[in-house]
Amino acid sequence: MGVTTTTQTEPAPLPPGAEQDEILRQVTGELQDKGFVVASVDKLVNWARTGSLWPMTFGLACCAIEMMHAYVSRYDLDRFGVVPRPSPRQSDVIIVAGTLTNKMAPAFRKVYDQMAEPRYVISMGSCANGGGYYHYSYSVVRGCDRVVPVDVYVPGCPPTAEALVYGVLQLQKKIKRTGTLFR
Amino acid sequence: MDQALKELGGYIRDTLGESVVDVTVRLGELAVSIRRDDLLKVMKFLKDDANCQFLTLLDVCGVDYPDDDERFEIVYHMLSMTHNNRIRIKLRTDEDTPVESVTSLFSAANWWEREVWDMFGVAFTDHPDLRRILTDYGFEGHPLRKDFPLTGYVEVRYDDEQKRIVYEPVKLTQEFRSFDFLSPWEGVQRMLPGDEKAEDAAEEETK
Repeated sequence: MGVTTTTQTEPAPLPPGAEQDEILRQVTGELQDKGFVVASVDKLVNWARTGSLWPMTFGLACCAIEMMHAYVSRYDLDRFGVVPRPSPRQSDVIIVAGTLTNKMAPAFRKVYDQMAEPRYVISMGSCANGGGYYHYSYSVVRGCDRVVPVDVYVPGCPPTAEALVYGVLQLQKKIKRTGTLFR
Repeated sequence: MDQALKELGGYIRDTLGESVVDVTVRLGELAVSIRRDDLLKVMKFLKDDANCQFLTLLDVCGVDYPDDDERFEIVYHMLSMTHNNRIRIKLRTDEDTPVESVTSLFSAANWWEREVWDMFGVAFTDHPDLRRILTDYGFEGHPLRKDFPLTGYVEVRYDDEQKRIVYEPVKLTQEFRSFDFLSPWEGVQRMLPGDEKAEDAAEEETK
């Protein structure tokens, strides 16, 4: 029995300005007055999830270089709470960055299975999306969605670091939209 | 430069005699074809001789000429740091005839010979650990042979019921199509596929 709420249409987040300041003042006043604020658990959970999407480091080929660029100073994915982890047990999302070969497929599935729920998959680059340049090869999986369910596909060969950042933001959007407490 | 290589080639031919089939110097590179059975003898000579000193084995690779009787060519590249020389040793073999392993002389040959075995199916005698190195566990066939189909025989998929990766015969939604009209090996084709109509239209116009 899953609890899936947030059926009502949500208002768009307020941009910074006088209106937002007014709401913030109200909330702060409430907090000082009562000592607590009331919020929807679903939204709170989603806020926490999207704010700390820890990806499993899973660079398989040249896409990994572009993934590194997304992590370091220029684009700095840390700003979004995206911190690469060396262990599947600590990760929420796995970024498949590169060519997934037949030999790698069982290992990849094992890593995915070791990740704790809820888990997400970003398929990065042509090779991971559908085999790409190696589509007709004897040794390459024709798309990593043959092995794991994929949430976001980032196209490109390789995708730019910006494209990957955009993909991560899309995943955050998707998590906010589907907001489920239990599966 | 060429002269020195020719002299070295002549020296190797004179010393090894029957073992050497052919010596060529082309584009500033010395290549020596040898008899398959004398491989170890030749390699030992090239390594130990004072005028050669080819102490570094740079590469072992294979070539497939499917029309020839002895279809595989095994190529060894060596470097002499002492004399700043490079040499290429070539020998021929077929599917069934194994080649002697040179791991006893050059430990670097270990993985390269495994690679040649993996890709071409040429066996090496006295190799300490001759198994596949690059392809999947339990892979069948030798991918770099010219008669190996590009897409292979199996593809993988995760089976949700068995909870594991399963192997299935290849099923392509679209056959492989070659769009390489400017192949550097076959040259430019006189007419690009699809251009026939353009030529007809041009003729109509002239009329």
